[in-house]
Amino acid sequence: MTFNAEAVWQALRGVMDPEIPVVSVVELGIIRAVTIAGGRVTVAMTPTFAGCPALAVMQAEVETVVLALGAEAVEVRLQLSPPWTTDWIAESARDKLKGVGLAPPVKHGGLIQLILTEAATCPYCGSTQTELRNSFGPTLCRSIYFCQACRQGFEQFKAL
Amino acid sequence: MIAPPHPALAPQLLALADDELILGHRDSEWCGHAPILEEDIAFANLAQDELGHAALWYRLVEQLSQARPDHLVFFRQAKHYRCAQLVTLPKGDWAYAMLRQFLFDAAEAVRLPGLAASRYAPLAETAAKIQTEEIYHLRHTRAWVRRLGLGTEESHRRMQAALDALWPYALQLFVPLTDEAALTAAGLVPAAAAMQQEWEALAGATLHDAGLVIPAGAEAVAQDRREIGPHLPGLLDEMQAVARLEGPEVGW
Repeated sequence: MTFNAEAVWQALRGVMDPEIPVVSVVELGIIRAVTIAGGRVTVAMTPTFAGCPALAVMQAEVETVVLALGAEAVEVRLQLSPPWTTDWIAESARDKLKGVGLAPPVKHGGLIQLILTEAATCPYCGSTQTELRNSFGPTLCRSIYFCQACRQGFEQFKAL
Repeated sequence: MIAPPHPALAPQLLALADDELILGHRDSEWCGHAPILEEDIAFANLAQDELGHAALWYRLVEQLSQARPDHLVFFRQAKHYRCAQLVTLPKGDWAYAMLRQFLFDAAEAVRLPGLAASRYAPLAETAAKIQTEEIYHLRHTRAWVRRLGLGTEESHRRMQAALDALWPYALQLFVPLTDEAALTAAGLVPAAAAMQQEWEALAGATLHDAGLVIPAGAEAVAQDRREIGPHLPGLLDEMQAVARLEGPEVGW
């Protein structure tokens, strides 16, 4: 065997979310475990939003990169529990989200209801003089806001 | 295939899946037709979420019964669907669509925590997964129920008409399925009667705030989910048309 779990994790850091191509599946926090038995690799992956079409794309991409490492077989196993939360998004990814104009999700520690009314911070100018225009956006994971300070719309990654 | 903890569990989960699928399809009919762009986007999101939830429930049905989700969705006849009639109703006007979604979301808000406590772990895990996404649904539809109920004379009139029409259909969401009592006794699903009470309190509070009156003495439109009502066959004709043209060997 020429690779170990760390090599698999390293390869997975190159698999990007197709809807947010600056963030990898590892940074998103959706890879829950990597196990290797002989030449067989099992990757436990948890869905972000249940209806997100990117999941199937990422699943296929994970298979491809792990096979490219020389694995004989790879299984991407869907794991629902514990359910994914945006709190698992890595700090490094939160900065990258801001960089592409997407406000990172508010950390909620499991109490989403409490942060729903919190003002979003504009990823362009940093102002909190913002208002929610729509809880729903161009993908399942985004809400639409408007910044009163720099007078432009922006999206926020929806807390889950 | 997992050994089912109770033979009635797969049919129970199938009913949940069918509700989500058919409502998702009805919601998708607003895409391109909602009164404002934001709501066009919102309803497309709601539709996609419900389809995602349906897919998770069908996955459990598959684990228990080996019935393939693609087959259940695209190659099953209307008479074998087990959705409540509420979700089959044509999309109606905006007030009607919003109220239906609200009544369903409120039912989910009550049902999912109960299911998340199921003794059957895969069911509990799936319910827990869906639960957080639903927070955004109820928040959205609740705000719209208030907005339309307290809006203009016309919006109020339409909301009250929608409530009069939809309430008996919504009540069917809590009519126990065959053997549901046995599932409840086994700790697999929450008790229907208690959920209905909780739902009436939850939905009733918002409806009251919106100046709407729940029709008195209403009864569930049907006692048995085998009565599918007149609207499902037409919906399936459209939803299944392409899959039936391509044949069952194509993956969806």
